[in-house]
Amino acid sequence: MVIDVEACKGCDLCIDACPPRVLEMTVHEVNTRGYRYPRLLAGCTGCQACAQICPDFVFQVYKYDTPLELPLEDQGQQ
Amino acid sequence: MSDERIYLSTDSPPQEPAALVDDFTPSLITQANHHLCPGCGEPIAIRAAMEAIEELELAHSTITVFGIGCYTAFAHNLDVEVVQALHGRAPSVATGIKRMLPDGFVMTVQGDGDMVNEGLQEVLHAAARGENITCLLLNNGVFGETGGQMTTTTTLGQRTKTSIEGRDPHQHGHPILLSDLAATMDGAAYVARCAVNNAGNVARTKRYITRAYESQMAGAGFSLVEILTMCPTGWFVDTLEGPEYLQDTLAPVHNIGELKAP
Amino acid sequence: MSDRALLEGSEAIARAAVAAGCRFFTGYPMTPFTELLEHMAALLPEVDGVCMNAESELEAVGMAWGAATTGHLAATGSTGQGLSLMQESLSEITNARLPLVVFNMARGQGDYFQATRGGGHGDYRHIVLAPMDVPEAVELTGLAFELANQWRTPVMVLGDYYLAHTYQAVSVPSIKGAAPEVPDWALNGSSGGSGSAKIISPLGGGVEGEEGFDLGAHYAACAAHIQEMSAGVDPLIDIGFCDDADLVVAAYGSVGKFVRYACLRLRDAGHRVGYVRPITLWPFPSEAVHEAVAGAAKVAVYEQNMGQMVDDVRLATLGAVPVEFIGSPSWDHSGFGIGPDINVPDISERILEALS
Repeated sequence: MVIDVEACKGCDLCIDACPPRVLEMTVHEVNTRGYRYPRLLAGCTGCQACAQICPDFVFQVYKYDTPLELPLEDQGQQ
Repeated sequence: MSDERIYLSTDSPPQEPAALVDDFTPSLITQANHHLCPGCGEPIAIRAAMEAIEELELAHSTITVFGIGCYTAFAHNLDVEVVQALHGRAPSVATGIKRMLPDGFVMTVQGDGDMVNEGLQEVLHAAARGENITCLLLNNGVFGETGGQMTTTTTLGQRTKTSIEGRDPHQHGHPILLSDLAATMDGAAYVARCAVNNAGNVARTKRYITRAYESQMAGAGFSLVEILTMCPTGWFVDTLEGPEYLQDTLAPVHNIGELKAP
Repeated sequence: MSDRALLEGSEAIARAAVAAGCRFFTGYPMTPFTELLEHMAALLPEVDGVCMNAESELEAVGMAWGAATTGHLAATGSTGQGLSLMQESLSEITNARLPLVVFNMARGQGDYFQATRGGGHGDYRHIVLAPMDVPEAVELTGLAFELANQWRTPVMVLGDYYLAHTYQAVSVPSIKGAAPEVPDWALNGSSGGSGSAKIISPLGGGVEGEEGFDLGAHYAACAAHIQEMSAGVDPLIDIGFCDDADLVVAAYGSVGKFVRYACLRLRDAGHRVGYVRPITLWPFPSEAVHEAVAGAAKVAVYEQNMGQMVDDVRLATLGAVPVEFIGSPSWDHSGFGIGPDINVPDISERILEALS
C-alpha cells in the first residue's frame, strides 16, 4: 500500500471501510494542509475497499505475489 | 497507546514482488487533486463511473455531458471527451450528441438540484423518448455547491438551510423519487438506485453503472443510475457520520436497488 | 444546380438550410416559426439528417447545442417567447464557441433588442441577419451557416410572420449538396484515453495541474473573440437614393421592404427621400449609415415597435444629423406579428410628415 498523505483531507471514510480494520488515523500528525491522515497496520489483505471509498484518491494498492509473513510483534495491538 | 503501534511503511511501493491492483485514480481520471470537501461522495461515484468505462473499453467513444454542481470540477479532470452543459440541461444536450453520433457512448453526470429540480422535464422527456443515453444522478438531497439548501429530493424531516426545522410536507412539499418516476416510463430500459456510503455499496454502484452502460451499448434505450452520495458539509454532520446519515435519512426514502432491468 | 420555384418562405429557408449543410434541426411549434420546423422534418431525412420535435424550447436549444458539439451544422429557432426561453443556452453556447444557426421568426418588430444585444445573461453578442423577403432569406441562410462555422458562434436569422408565410418565386440550391467537413475541434469520443481528451465548455479550459477552470481568462478570451467578430464580419446594408436626399428613412426586415417601396414611389412623385436598410443588425453597418445620411437634413427611423433600432441609428450618426422616430407598434388581434400599419400609404404619410 502507498498512501498519498498529502492528498488526504482526513474524512475517516477509509477507517470504517477497511474490513480487517488495519487503517488508523493519526492523532497529532497532520499533512501540510493540516489534515490528519491514515496509517497502515499489519494485516492488510489488499481488498481495495479503502481505495474505492476514498474521495481523494489517496490509496495505491499492491498485492504481494506471495503473502507476506510478518513477525507477531508487527501485528499491532489488535 | 497508539505510540506502541507499529505502522507499515506506506510512502513508496513495496520492495517485494507485488502487482498493482488499484492505482490512486483510474486511468481516466487525470487529475487526482480536487477541491471537493472531505468526505464527499461524488468523487467516489465518478471513480466508479470511470472505472466502468475503462473496463468496458468505451473510453474512445465516450462523450460525457456535465451539469452544474460540485462535481462540475471533474469536467476538466477526466480523460474522456466532455461537454459542459447548463444546470438541468444535460439530457437534451446528450440527446443532440447521441442523435448525431448513434455509435458513440453518451452519458450525463448531474446532481439532484440539476436533474430533479432544474431539469426534471429534461430527464423525464429523455426517458420517455427512450433516448439511448445513460444519465447518472448524484443525489445527496441538498444543494451542496451553494451550501446545504433544500432540493426536491430532500427527505421529510431533513434539516437544511432552507428547511431549518426539517422538511415539513405542509410547507415544503414532498420529495420527488426520481428513479421511481423514470422507471414508469416505457422508454426507460434500465433504472437503478444505489449509494456510495460503504465499500459494498460502492461495488454495487459500479455493477449497476456497468449494467446501464451495457444497456446503452445494446441500444436498449434510456438508462439511469441514481447514486446516493454523502454531503457532510451540506448536511452539517461530521465526515465520519456521513455514511450513516445517508443510510438513516436518504436511503429509507430513496430505496436502493434495481427498479427496472431487462 | 438550382431550381426556381414558388415557395413559402419557411420552405425556401428550410431548403436553403439543408443545402448549406444543416444536418440537425430541432424546435418547438410556435406561430410563425412552426412551418420551418415542419419543412425541416420533411427534408432532413432525405440527407440522413435529424429533425426533432422537441418537448420545449429549453430542450430544443439544448439538443442543438449537443448536435453542434459533434461538428455537424445544427440549427434551431422559435419566436418571441420561445426565443426568450432559449436565451440562457444561447448565451452559454456563445461562450462555448459553438456554431449554431437560430431562426427567429419574430412576432412583429419588438424583439430587435433581444436579437441584437445578446438576449441572455453575460457580455456577448451574436451575428444577426435580417432578410426583407424570401429570396434574400435564402441567400442569408446560406451565409448564416458559413458565418457560424467560420466564427464558431451562434448566428441569428431574424425574420417574421410575413417572411415565414409569404410565397415567392425563388431559386434554391439543391439540398443534395455535400455538407462541410467536420472540423478538428468537434467531439466524437475518439480523443478519450489519449491523456488529453477534448472538452467543450462555456466555462473555458482547465488550469494546468489543478482541478476546475479559469473563468476570468475564458471570459476575457470570449470578449476578444466578440471584438474580433465585430470588426471582421462584413456589415451588409441596402442603400437607395441617399446621394441627394433631404430625408433618409431607416428600416429593417419585411418592414424595410415596404419602406423601400414607399421611398421609390415618393421619389417618383418628386420628393427627395432616400433609405437605408441594415441587413446585418449585428454588427450594425454604422459606417455605411453614417456616410449615407451625411448629406441629409434628417433621418427618420420606421420600426413597428416603440423605437429600438433607432438607438443604433443614433449611435451611427453620432449627432451629425437629427434622428426622428416615425414608427409605432402595430399588432392585429392575433399577436402573431401581423402589423396592420404595414401599408405603403400609411408609411408614405409618415415619411412626408417627417420631410415637412
